[in-house]
This record gives sequence, structure tokens and C-alpha cells, in this order.
Amino acid sequence: MGEKKGRFGIHGGQYIPETLMNAVIELEKAYERFREDPDFQRELSALLNEYAGRPSRLYFAEKMTEDLGGARIYLKREDLNHTGAHKINNVLGQALLAKKMGKTRLIAETGAGQHGVATATAAALMGMECVVFMGEEDTKRQALNVYRMRLLGAEVIPVKTGTATLKDAVSEAMREWTRRIEDTHYCLGSVMGPHPFPTIVRDFQAVISSEIKAQMLKKEGRLPDAVLACVGGGSNAIGSFYHFIGDKEVRLIGCEAAGRGVDTPETAATIATGREGIFHGMKSYFCQDEYGQIAPVYSISAGLDYPGIGPEHAYLYDTGRAEYVAVTDEEAVEAFEYLARTEGIIPAIESAHAVAYARVLAPKFTKEQTIVVTLSGRGDKDCAAIARYRGEKDIHE
Amino acid sequence: MSKIRSAFQKGKAFIPFITCGDPDLPTTEKCITEMVKAGADLIELGIPFSDPTAEGPVIQAANMRALAGGVTTDKIFQMVKRLRETIRIPLVFMTYANVVFSYGAEAFLQKCRETGIDGMILPDLPFEEKEEFLPLCHETGVDLISLVAPTSEGRIAMIAKEAEGFLYLVSSLGVTGVRGEITTDLGSIVKIVRQNTDIPCAIGFGISTPDQARRMAALSDGAIVGSAIIRIIEEYKAEAPEKVGAYVKSMKDALTAPSLP
Repeated sequence: MGEKKGRFGIHGGQYIPETLMNAVIELEKAYERFREDPDFQRELSALLNEYAGRPSRLYFAEKMTEDLGGARIYLKREDLNHTGAHKINNVLGQALLAKKMGKTRLIAETGAGQHGVATATAAALMGMECVVFMGEEDTKRQALNVYRMRLLGAEVIPVKTGTATLKDAVSEAMREWTRRIEDTHYCLGSVMGPHPFPTIVRDFQAVISSEIKAQMLKKEGRLPDAVLACVGGGSNAIGSFYHFIGDKEVRLIGCEAAGRGVDTPETAATIATGREGIFHGMKSYFCQDEYGQIAPVYSISAGLDYPGIGPEHAYLYDTGRAEYVAVTDEEAVEAFEYLARTEGIIPAIESAHAVAYARVLAPKFTKEQTIVVTLSGRGDKDCAAIARYRGEKDIHE
Repeated sequence: MSKIRSAFQKGKAFIPFITCGDPDLPTTEKCITEMVKAGADLIELGIPFSDPTAEGPVIQAANMRALAGGVTTDKIFQMVKRLRETIRIPLVFMTYANVVFSYGAEAFLQKCRETGIDGMILPDLPFEEKEEFLPLCHETGVDLISLVAPTSEGRIAMIAKEAEGFLYLVSSLGVTGVRGEITTDLGSIVKIVRQNTDIPCAIGFGISTPDQARRMAALSDGAIVGSAIIRIIEEYKAEAPEKVGAYVKSMKDALTAPSLP
């Protein structure tokens, strides 16, 4: 199957309306041209380094390592990027690409709001118009990010259809793109959707694993034994994994959102509970019923609350190259609190899913082994929701 | 010759769309019977999908109502089987790739053949991905209907050359739904289509009035109407079949009116 473009094994493809075909073909051509263009790469590097604050730190979590008594744990601090998450890596790349393509308007979907904030930020910086689609449910869960986007000059459109969460925001952004293609680039936030998005987003996020590799070699003189990252669509995970795919001795572990548990309907763990399907432009694994109706998934984390997974993850799972584990709301919340108290770092609730699995895995490793956990974002946005989860009232966002 | 072509043999074709199971299957069944009586030449049967990304608000809501009412692909096949005892005109499914894929494409298309479905329209299956189902469509004799959009520049000939059944020309950018006016230069798209295929070409998206239908059909071989019908069903529910019949008749009459301005 490898001969078909935009495929990862049987996954991927371009399952989109004819109306969008020329737009994705135009995007693919532009990307092919600019990815090799030294000027483009120079401009992007300057933005990533000077504006977004790259490279991000690889921090040795000494307290956590001591406490868990096993592997040496390193935290890849994507939470320290400008706008507070890994999303900015992809957005700066896509916004620059869109600008070179002559587009003047960016549209985006957002779950937790981090991708929306990053897109609104890039649009403000580059003088572009910006419209962000966000599930109405998520606008409530992430009210602070809604305000940030508006402050940055973006229009935020609450999506009321379906489950009013991330999947509906993606659907609505796709609908908007079919309405208005000429001046508009759809700045997709994860390694999903139709080709070439999974490849473009991966390439822009691959800076994470490229840095981890160099930083680990410098600090430890060898590669990590495992790399952990949370997975919704899977952009920070693929970014963290990508440059290690060829290094078979490095275990790659994606942490999905189990919600209230993989044996309940209130879960968003696609690998654990989904099956092969075609949705949102791609063939991949999706949570769905026997007739192919997409499941109304659930997670405490708005950013992982998505019924599918990027096609390259589906392929890494099929081939056994990466492992995927499911982490419940409760485990993630405990990890959120744990990291705050142990290391003085408040992670995004999304990233807390990876921290949670590190707590399980580290004690099983020897003290000579190392684990890298990608902290995809910071947790300020989640404080009010976690406080509510813990039964505290009247926390202002 | 594909059976679908017979729908275009009696002048300009009128092609209504209905979301199956909205608000329930008995109502859908009655609406279809009324559409046939009123002169529909071919009917598009929508199998509802949880996330219909090509639909505007009206048909999205119909999909949600139908699913909430408990309709399933199997129940729709049973309805088609019953309808086929009395209805001869071509019937095509309009749904999303995952509905077919998840059912098992082979089983789905076998059921289409057994129950008498003549074609299927999958708005999220572009030319580049049609191999997903095309071999099985050929085996079962179900036409895979291709779509051409206002943004298909440079792709129209390629799509038209391999089109089967009829070619679905999307009138305007965006999703399904009623529009005040349609501004796309459809004439020049149809011209390229004609140069590359002799299968019929029907225009859909945004058509609601007899006048719009007449103008669209004048440019092509027929007009497709969805949202306007769904609105009638939404308003009249169980009482809708008669109203739908009257509406279809007014549209079909407009297409068969002898003189065009």
C-alpha cells in the first residue's frame, strides 16, 4: 500500500468533498516547494527560536525520579513555549506557509483552546484574519482560552452541533473551508485530516524529537529508553516520537484519554476501543458504533476528547512500533496534582495523562534507564476545571 | 445502459432527496411514495450519519433527528426492499464513506443489489479515493456517482471521463442548504462535462424554488433538491408526505413547462 501518497500503511488518504480537493492539492504543492526552500526554513527557525522560545528545555525531574525510585525522568518542556503549548510549532509553520501561498485568513478548530490561541497568535503576528471554531461545551470548559483568542483579535465561533466538542469543531471548520477557500487556509491543529495535513503537522512538530535526541545525547550520552506523550489526534506525540522511529531500542508510548474508563461509553481511548473507519478526511481508528456512527466520546481533557487518532499513529500501532495505553480522568487529575507538588510544574490536563503513565512505568525501570515525558502544555487553563472536578466551588478562571 | 440513465429519458429530471428515518421510517416511506406519484424521476435516499460534514444546518438536523429516532442502515435496507415492490424509478443512496466502510463494503453493496439500490453518492469520497469502493460497485452493478464542484478547475474532464450513472454538479461553494442565488458559472462547467462524457449531469445544492430548478435544469439534465424538502418534513412531520408530494409536483411541473425564458 505504501505507493499511494499520503498513506501510512492502510491509513491516511484524502476522504474529503470534491470542493476541497484543489485546495489540498495546492497546499501539498506549496508545502513540497517550501519545505526545501532555505529562506522559508530560515524564516521559520527564526520565528520558532526568537518568538516561540525554542529550543524547549529538557528538564531532569529529580524529585519525581527519587520519588518513583526507578528510571531517570526527563520532562520535555513544551509548556514553556510561547502561548503555553506545543501547538505553536505547527501553527507558525502553517501560518508562514499560508502567507507564502497568498492566503490572508486562517481558520482553525480547537479543543482545549491551545491550538486556537496559537493560531490567533500567529494571525496577529502575521497580520492575518482569524476565525476559530470551538465546541460550545469546550468554550465553557476553557473560558480563559476563549478570552485569550478574542484578545488576540480572533473571532471565536461556538459550535453547537453534535456533541459540541472537538470533533464538531473540526467538522464545522471543514464546512467553513468549503464555503471559503480562495483567501482561507485551514490551519489544522493535529496530525489528522486529509493528506497532506498529517505529514505537514508531523514535520512541524518533529522539532520536539529532534531536540530531545540532541539534548539526551548531551545529558545522558545515549538515547532514552522510553518516550511518553499524550495522544488525542496525536501531534505532540508524533512530534516526540518521530526522530526515534528508526531507533528500535526506544519505546514509544502514546497515552490516550480513557475518560471514566475504557469499559464505559464515556471514554476517548481510540486505540483501546475504536476500530478502522473513514472520517474527517482520513482512514484510521475511530470510536464508533456497529453502523459506523461516530461515538460521542468523553474525557476531562478537552484536547484529548476526540473520537479518532492520526493515521500515522494508527500505522505505528499496527506495526507494533509504538504502544498505546489508556489513562483515566482520575489518574490524570492525580498526576496533575502530583507534578505540581513534586516538581512545582502545573501541566496541562492533556499532558498529565502522560505523566500519569510515567508514574506507573518508572518504578518498573532500573535506575540506569531513562524516560522522557513530553509536557505538551501548561495547566493554567485547567485549574478551574480540576478544582470543579475535586468539588471546589467558585474558582475564577 | 445503467438504470439511472432511464431517469433522464423523459426530459429534465427532478431528483428529490430525503433523509431516511426523519422523523421516522413510516413517514419516509410515505414521502417516497408521494414523490414517485408526483413525478420524481430518481430519488436520493440519505442514510443518516452522526457527523455529516458536507451538510448545512437543515440536513444536519435531519440526520440527528433520524439517528435519535433509532434508524439504522439495516432498517433502511428493509424499507427499500418494501418500496421496491411498488416503485420502479432509480433509487440511489446518499451517505458518508464510513457508513459503507463500517458495514463492510461488500455486504453493503450486496444488500444494495438485493434490495434494488442503483447507485450511491458519497460526498467524502473524491476521485482520488474512489478505488476504495469502485471494484465492488462494478461487481454489484451499483453506480458510484461522482461529484464536480465550482472549485474543480482542471479536474472536471478527469472526473467526467470516468463518471457513472449521472454526474452530480455541486452548484456553489459550501455545504447543502437553500440559497437565494447561485452565481457559479455552471454553463462552462457543464460544457467541459459534455465534452468528456455522455452520461447525464444534474445540478444540486442551494435549489429550492421552481424557478431555480428550471434555470438549473436548463443548464443541465436535471435538478436535485434536498434541504427544501427536509424543511417541509421538519415542519409537518407525520403530515408531511402529502405536502412533499405537492412540492415535488410543483418542481417537476416547472421542469416540464414548455417554454423557457
